[in-house]
Amino acid sequence: MATFTLPKNSTIGEGKTYRAPAGAKNVKSFKIYRWDPDAGANPRTDTYEIDLDQCGPMVLDALIKIKNEVDTTLTFRRSCREGICGSCAMNIDGLNHLACLKPIEEVKGDVRISPLPHMPVVKDLVPDLSQIYAQLRSIEPWLKSETPPPPDGERLQSKEERAKLDGLWECILCFCCSTACPSYWWNGDRYLGPAVLLQAYRWISDSRDEATGERLDALEDPFKLYRCHTIMNCTRTCPKGLNPAQAIGEIKKLMVERQG
Amino acid sequence: MSKITDAREAVMVGRRSDGTLVRRPLSPHLQAYDMMQMTSALSITHRITGTVWSIGLVFLVWWLCAAAAGESAFNAVQWVLGSFLGVIGLMGLTAAAWYHTLAGIRHLYWDSGRGYDLPTTYLTGRAVLIGTAALTALTWLIMLITWI
Repeated sequence: MATFTLPKNSTIGEGKTYRAPAGAKNVKSFKIYRWDPDAGANPRTDTYEIDLDQCGPMVLDALIKIKNEVDTTLTFRRSCREGICGSCAMNIDGLNHLACLKPIEEVKGDVRISPLPHMPVVKDLVPDLSQIYAQLRSIEPWLKSETPPPPDGERLQSKEERAKLDGLWECILCFCCSTACPSYWWNGDRYLGPAVLLQAYRWISDSRDEATGERLDALEDPFKLYRCHTIMNCTRTCPKGLNPAQAIGEIKKLMVERQG
Repeated sequence: MSKITDAREAVMVGRRSDGTLVRRPLSPHLQAYDMMQMTSALSITHRITGTVWSIGLVFLVWWLCAAAAGESAFNAVQWVLGSFLGVIGLMGLTAAAWYHTLAGIRHLYWDSGRGYDLPTTYLTGRAVLIGTAALTALTWLIMLITWI
């Protein structure tokens, strides 16, 4: 059900302000969502003034600087810092991004940072992804084939067959797209969301996979697939430049085509 | 005990450091997200104009009913819809109808598997907005010429 306001325990209060060191010339404010399960209080927004002359270019650089030098309690996920692990997905300046790929200078004014939208918060910028992982598991994202592989090698694909997977295999499962989708916000308990549907299409369009029919059967559902209303927020926000909306459109097309 | 109607309720429960249970907050969505970007703004406008058009049609049915009921009833409706506010409302209804029609065609184009890339999405989005303005103006131009 669509609830447009935040629950009582989730409304966000004003937090602390950490001033920039005296003499800093190139100061930018980072307004960051904070919630600590041990504090027994509602979430708050803390403001950190950072001297950009003493900081790396990306939003993740600023977060790491804050954690190292200003406030060690700030909690966020990060690993590769080059857009390949998908850990540092978060809402930056109103859109979902990977913090490691988002240049600070692209943000006008204060940098507002909050966790991926409409998700349960574990702590600060860390959302709980168990629901979305369970949904990914439900589409069985692995090769399913009755035919045994050739005894002397791999299952081969032509260059054209392999090209069909371009724009799909690059997905790093950061879930920026799913958590940017209003349909997923309101119906995420039953709607699979753009990231998981893009994965479903990745296996549907794999020439080596022989379970296309079963996969389409499993998606033939008013909620799982058809809660996509082509809002296009997913494609707009994907930090890898992929097109989940198109993948969903292709699945819908296959559904019609197989009816003959 | 209240009934769980949303499977996501299960993940709203977390633990504090001492192991006791705590209800997790829901991260901000409409409160944090940029809903004025073209993608979601045009989408919600499609829904709103659809609703406005449906409600507006009730007024047009009222008009037809009045025409069938007789001259005095018809004159009353003519007076309401012909007033300044009535005409403004009808203009808004025309714009809503044109927007919903054009955005509907855009959706059909998507459903045929085309126009999903971002440049085309922005292009068709702008075309819908410009088309709505142009066709609304044209409709009223024709209407005012034939009326006056």
